[in-house]
Amino acid sequence: MSQDKDKKDAQPKIGVYVCHCGSNIASVIDVPQVVEFAKGLNAVAIAREYKFMCSDPGQNMIKDDIKKLDLNRVVVASCSPLLHEQTFRHAVQEAGLNPYLFEMANIREHCSWTTEDHEQATKKAKALVSAAVRRVYYHQPLETKEVPVNTNTLIIGGGIAGIQAALEIANAGHKVFLVEREPSIGGHMIQFDKTFPTLDCSACILTPKMTSVGSHPNIELMTYSEVIEVSGFIGNFQAKIRKKPRYVDEDKCNGCGVCMEKCPWKASSEFDLGLSQRKAIYTPFAQAVPNIPVIDKEHCAYFQKGKCRACEKFCDREAIDFEQQEKIVEIEMGNIIVTTGYDPFDPTPITKYGYGRLPNVYTGLEFERICNSVGPTGGKIVLKDGSEPKSVAIIHCVGSRDKNYHKYCSRVCCMYALKYSHLIKEKTQADVYQMYIDMRCFGKGYEEFYERLSNEGVTFIRGKVAEVTDRAMNDDEKGKLIVCGEDTLLGTTVRVPVDMVILCIALEARADAKQVSQLLGISQDADGFFIERHPKLDPVATMSDGIFIAGCCQGCKDIPDTVAQASAAATRVLALISKGTVEMEAAIAVIDEEKCSGCRICNLLCPYSAITFIEEDKVSRINEALCKGCGTCVAACPSAAITHNHFTAEEIMAELEGVLI
Amino acid sequence: MEVTAPARETIDIILEEGGEALKSCYQCGLCTGICPWNQLTGFELRKLIHKSQMGVIDFEDEDIWRCVGCKACVDRCPRGVDMIFLMRSIRRVVMEIGAGIVPHSLRLSEKNISGAGNPLGEPPEKRMDWAKDLGVKTFTEGTEILYFPCCYQAYDPVSRNTALATVNILKKAGADFGIPDNNVVCCGESIRKAGAESLFQRLAQTNISIFKEAGVKKILVTSPHCYHTFKDEYPELGGNFEIIHLNQYLAELIKEGKLKFTKELNKKVTYHDSCCLGRYQGIYDEPRQILNSIPGLEFIEMRDNHEYSLCCGGCAGRLWMETKKGERMSELRLEQMFEVGAGTLAISCPYCMANFNDGILTMGKEDAVEIKDISELVWEAL
Repeated sequence: MSQDKDKKDAQPKIGVYVCHCGSNIASVIDVPQVVEFAKGLNAVAIAREYKFMCSDPGQNMIKDDIKKLDLNRVVVASCSPLLHEQTFRHAVQEAGLNPYLFEMANIREHCSWTTEDHEQATKKAKALVSAAVRRVYYHQPLETKEVPVNTNTLIIGGGIAGIQAALEIANAGHKVFLVEREPSIGGHMIQFDKTFPTLDCSACILTPKMTSVGSHPNIELMTYSEVIEVSGFIGNFQAKIRKKPRYVDEDKCNGCGVCMEKCPWKASSEFDLGLSQRKAIYTPFAQAVPNIPVIDKEHCAYFQKGKCRACEKFCDREAIDFEQQEKIVEIEMGNIIVTTGYDPFDPTPITKYGYGRLPNVYTGLEFERICNSVGPTGGKIVLKDGSEPKSVAIIHCVGSRDKNYHKYCSRVCCMYALKYSHLIKEKTQADVYQMYIDMRCFGKGYEEFYERLSNEGVTFIRGKVAEVTDRAMNDDEKGKLIVCGEDTLLGTTVRVPVDMVILCIALEARADAKQVSQLLGISQDADGFFIERHPKLDPVATMSDGIFIAGCCQGCKDIPDTVAQASAAATRVLALISKGTVEMEAAIAVIDEEKCSGCRICNLLCPYSAITFIEEDKVSRINEALCKGCGTCVAACPSAAITHNHFTAEEIMAELEGVLI
Repeated sequence: MEVTAPARETIDIILEEGGEALKSCYQCGLCTGICPWNQLTGFELRKLIHKSQMGVIDFEDEDIWRCVGCKACVDRCPRGVDMIFLMRSIRRVVMEIGAGIVPHSLRLSEKNISGAGNPLGEPPEKRMDWAKDLGVKTFTEGTEILYFPCCYQAYDPVSRNTALATVNILKKAGADFGIPDNNVVCCGESIRKAGAESLFQRLAQTNISIFKEAGVKKILVTSPHCYHTFKDEYPELGGNFEIIHLNQYLAELIKEGKLKFTKELNKKVTYHDSCCLGRYQGIYDEPRQILNSIPGLEFIEMRDNHEYSLCCGGCAGRLWMETKKGERMSELRLEQMFEVGAGTLAISCPYCMANFNDGILTMGKEDAVEIKDISELVWEAL
């Protein structure tokens, strides 16, 4: 690669290429004028324009010029470097130049897209080109290094997304650490009764996967655990995992369940959303993976009052360990997949819907448990008094599509609402009313499901419900929940007296998503969901290399989409593992040991712990593999001993001068 | 069947008059479901928005004058559509451009405001007659507070009691205050909502220049309508003053121990949150704090309270229009008062005062219950 062209002493010979980007740039900026301007700049040998510089002909134009005109520096004025810096670096490299002898001027995002003033835009484009030309003049060839990728993967969150990703990677022969904060994996999907539109039993299709995870030789399952610290970089991450004490020895327990049977103390079941009770020593549900109970300290009589130990007495494996302490486990991995899921929206603030105030007003998730054969009612759809409802209203968009709560559509509610209609029709004689705004049945087989439900005799009323009340206006309404609103298709207000109301609650970002984003250095959107690298073309990667996202932590989605995204994330990880190495950024900091006074300020400031003090030489030194090129040390060094490759003082000053033409 | 095509020209006129809100509506119908009119008679609010979206609105339809601007739907609208703005722009098309028919009673009030500076058509030179014998000074530069009573409180014999009680309380509290001279005019809040934009602009400019000239900094009001328009609408026209409603002022005095009650008021009282003070401003606690601090007074809430309060039916110019018996919100609200067995309905708005007093008369309850402004109750107990 290193040819004559790269030589420091060779006189710079710069080629400038201005892109039209179709009409994205050319409709605002006078491109020919910018090209003419560029031709007059110092050391510019040629300046050209093209409709799409990123296209093959565009790239070939650059490559040909490098060869024919013996160019040794290249500037492309087009879009954001985020999109095409790699494209053009690669192109100049193919023509025999060091990729760092290239510079990009962003005249689209920073210029043509920000104004409609053609004159000003052209003026600014010239300034940006001038800056890039002056800067590239001082560019030096840099060499990138490759470091090996650790083949382990950390997956955070053991719902269907985490389970899917873990199995994909583990089945490919690589080690996975699956960390789940609850006592069992399964996530929300294991709480569901049936899944739309095929009506498969949710547990029936999920538990085989859960069991595989539990017994997979390549998966180290860490339940009742949380990731508390992450450091490192793509290919070489380190993490600390806090394993909360279960008070049950995982190695000794065989999951016989006698402890749970004998435990005399009860608490409200989280898994059944408070609709049933569990013991103080418990697994959340029968098919829990791992099938090892935990003791809930808050409700255990021994922990609270010092007496009982019934579980210990009956455990013939001597697995109960009241002395167990939390453990911090340190692990290493090359990639991380975040699959932390969603929180269900709490409809209590919408007081007019009566949730928490009026009996028999349930959330969708609660209704899933009610429908489930191992749920609080044994799968019978019944009212609080034990009787069967004669009519049920299902209210859509509770907390979704509403600027007072969440502006977005939660994407799953229309379909699960239809599913509930079917389950109610199947199990009871009740009339079912769907109170919807728009039916959104976009997936495979979804519209067909909608049609099927229409034929099952469900009544669809179009309008956002204003109020659920128990104030009867006539005898028919006495003792009922009256659902009030407008039937927008009839154009009249309606009052529908029913026995049960189901609120189709929104999915929302986890309450602690912010902590997770800070822990991992990934970003959240305005709604709290994690942001993908590109909304269309890179929906599983994040802006942090080596960290991927899948499932509802990225945005509301149904099970098929979650599984697809989780598999995609796993594939991305496998691709990196398969490649075996990652290229390290060459634009890193270097210390001039002659100038270093050994003050160590940089050691403390470096966010990647890349700088160490060398005792014998009394100077600081940067670990090239760890340095991410953030520049913190460069700015902080009181002796100006640290230089940032590709961001030297010379380069930056030249760039500034260029802008100020 | 009639075939309808979107009428771009009409849509544009509505948009020009400030009806941007129509763009966001996704026709869920929540507003219709919430609108208090639909507890009484049919009012297809959502459909009216869609008609504006299509530009096929019938400007002669009486329904465009129905919305009272109570804000109940605006607060819960999932798209944040400001129906009050939309209604105002539709009405402007009629009032200012002359596209339809302005109801006679509204036209009369508009003329009164335009000519006499008040909706009652009373002589402007008598505006401050109510204070003749009270020995209250006219505001001069350097006075701390300007007390600005609403037109009704200046002229209407029943509402006037609010102004009298307020002055008495202020005197007792030792406040440094003055009242305006006869040159001030109606604040213009309701007539603006009724679509008379140019008239509003004139009224506002008149008041703003009087206030500025006199060196007014702080204005105390006893009408939440004046409060809203002074505080939220005058600043964009260059009128920046500190606005305080009597309820806020009294709650503060009571909290600081500067107002001591000497009498017990053995009354069972409920409070009606006016739309303009409640939903518009979020002032819910102060009136309740005042009432609860009056010795002997038993306070009780009605079914619809705070942000779910039911409008008296008098906002946005509706006070000046005739509403058929059986279709009056005030009567629905009074039923709620009777339901909880209250003998006194405390209010803090002159429009509520007018509507509820009418209500108890037509319902034959004038001997059984009373409507009192909070200021009157406070003054009674001092």
